Amino acid sequence: MIYADNAATTKMSKAAIDTMFRLVNDTWGNASSLYSVGQTSKEVLEQAREDIANLIGAEPKEIIFTSGGSEADNQAILSAAKIGASKGKKHIISSAFEHHAVLHTLERLKEDGFEITLLDVHEDGIIREDELEDAIREDTCLVTIMYANNEIGTVQPISRLGEICKKHNVLFHTDAVQAIGHIPVNVNDDNVDMLSASAHKFHGPKGVGFLYVKKGIRVTNLINGGAQEKGRRAGTENVPGIAAMAVALKEAVESLSENYENVSKKRDCLIEGLSKIEHSALNGDAKKRLPGNVNFCFEGIEGESLLLLLDDKGIMASSGSACTSGSLDPSHVLLAIGRVHDVAHGSLRLTINEETTDEDVEYIIKAVDEVVTYLRSFSPIWRDLVAGKKQFIL
Amino acid sequence: MPRVIVGLSGGVDSAVAALLLKREGYDVTGVTLRTWLSDSGDEGRCCEIDDARRIAMKLDIPYYPLNCADSFKRYVIDYFVGSYLKGETPNPCIECNRYIKWDRMLYYSNILKCDYVATGHYASVIRLDNGRYTVKQALHAKKDQTYMLYKLTQEQLKKTLMPLGELTKERVRQIAENEGLPVANKPDSQELCFISDDDYAGYIEAHCPDSIPEEGNFVDDMGNILGRHKGIIHYTVGQRKGLGISAKNPLYVKYIDPVKNEIVLGEENEVFYDKVECLDTNFLSIERPPAGSEFECRVKVRYHHRPQEAKVRITDVNSAVISFYEPVKAPAPGQSAVFYDNDECVIGGGIIKRSDQS
Repeated sequence: MIYADNAATTKMSKAAIDTMFRLVNDTWGNASSLYSVGQTSKEVLEQAREDIANLIGAEPKEIIFTSGGSEADNQAILSAAKIGASKGKKHIISSAFEHHAVLHTLERLKEDGFEITLLDVHEDGIIREDELEDAIREDTCLVTIMYANNEIGTVQPISRLGEICKKHNVLFHTDAVQAIGHIPVNVNDDNVDMLSASAHKFHGPKGVGFLYVKKGIRVTNLINGGAQEKGRRAGTENVPGIAAMAVALKEAVESLSENYENVSKKRDCLIEGLSKIEHSALNGDAKKRLPGNVNFCFEGIEGESLLLLLDDKGIMASSGSACTSGSLDPSHVLLAIGRVHDVAHGSLRLTINEETTDEDVEYIIKAVDEVVTYLRSFSPIWRDLVAGKKQFIL
Repeated sequence: MPRVIVGLSGGVDSAVAALLLKREGYDVTGVTLRTWLSDSGDEGRCCEIDDARRIAMKLDIPYYPLNCADSFKRYVIDYFVGSYLKGETPNPCIECNRYIKWDRMLYYSNILKCDYVATGHYASVIRLDNGRYTVKQALHAKKDQTYMLYKLTQEQLKKTLMPLGELTKERVRQIAENEGLPVANKPDSQELCFISDDDYAGYIEAHCPDSIPEEGNFVDDMGNILGRHKGIIHYTVGQRKGLGISAKNPLYVKYIDPVKNEIVLGEENEVFYDKVECLDTNFLSIERPPAGSEFECRVKVRYHHRPQEAKVRITDVNSAVISFYEPVKAPAPGQSAVFYDNDECVIGGGIIKRSDQS
């Protein structure tokens, strides 16, 4: 079996599992309690906060633990919106291919009278700096741009975009869920005010994430209740999960350069091999992308059928975001980079990691080639394309 | 071991169909065709994937929910809306069976390398001596679903298994209960799967590509104005309730004229017809007969219609005229007329175009 869906989730690392199991036993006390078993939990919690802060160039008190990336995105955006609204600024800039945790939060703000500008992500899946600068207005209160896209893996010039926001005195948030632990992320170098992360995308546990908020920015509570997280997020802390997240992030950051080199080489092999399939196209820029992300469209087939047959061959892949697989519409990300409806339906996302071998890469290329050929052999759309009744697009 | 792909709707019928095939030794894979999503995230009542997945887990068979939304929109929703706009009464389940259920299931059976597709319809697939395939009415006529299946092709039927044709609904529920299937007592689905509150007119308005036909006049046969109607999409041939017209005798919708935007009303005796013309014919038990030929049979003009004796004359390559010995009440354009032989097998059928009184 080959697992090639690491953008959907990753398998927990051994160190993270060991930490979590150990702490389920050792830190059962409530981190807010006075007695020693509670204080042990509190100590582990604060150590994890410090470790995570150090790994991204932040201060411990700038880290708020959340239930994951979606909650962090919601909290960042709603906090910035509240600050903006108090100053009469109700304009937010984002991009067309953000995760729905961002897009749907923005939709909700629209109902509250906010105006939203979605920047074009162009065919290469990269936002243009000058277009951001042009979009900023007097009443802009937030720019939120994802660090790396979850479907096509393109990495944005975050540091430059952050610099522009700084110059215009606008808050800048980035959803770094796919980036952190895979490419270098540092909140100072990257000029970000707020950043969202999720543990299960870097071999940590599910249900845990964090939001970085630069000191001085007032945070709005989403979950009201006790005084945990300095009153910014109520609820008894998930200490074993949070500590396991810190361990996983430490591992990921420590082996980042080695993994980056190794994984991106395999990614390039995959891209080269799959590009040989006729009437196919890579989605997103070939180089400015996450080391493990490969996303292709194959004309004349349905992505879903492709997945069924790859599953049969022991390859676990996806056609796009797991978060939107409940939807029946084609990927909003692929539509945003200009793929037409039919072509967008024929997508395949392979997200590999450091455990993927050269043999795996070879096997995947061969399997995808076979499956695409087989599916085209009885696809009515392909038949029309070959007969010239329809024009090839790719 | 022959491989079969079973369409699991999440209901008790398809669950038991899968169970029976598994017991017979087939290698069963379950699929659900996902056809639409409402704004609130509800799926069609024909395809409840959470229940379907639970059934598959219980039966210990592989299961995949599959996206058919594009085809469903094209072949079912667009057709449904278009038909009402033309003043007809569509039968979307028949189109769905032909173009979605069977077409897509056979497509996936190719992918999953299955030999057959199976469904939980109450009907039986029969191979006749002449080598052709047809569907035979369920042993227990109350649940018979052959009316909805007459448009299937020979290629489709050849690869189809319907294990419930000889069972009663009660027996099916009992089998499910004995097996501990979680849907044993689930109520039957009603009405159309893609319209959530029986608000057809609201649905058509929301999905209509152009403007909705406006209000117009109710008229009698002579063109005398009897009152105002709300727009033709709100009415069906044979309808009596909700017309809002007071008359000596109850009035019925006799004919809908989309061009004049008029609805012709008449008394009950005026909506009985003995000549019904149909188009888009399809034949199952026999090869398409040559133009000019005739045969005797029994005909249903709607799902809940007791078949009536008639003579069918083939008029052209795609059309036929049905002559009933006793007039039938309110055959509605857009509905299907389905022909049955004496063995209760489907001969064929077509879509009703117009009706006459001779």
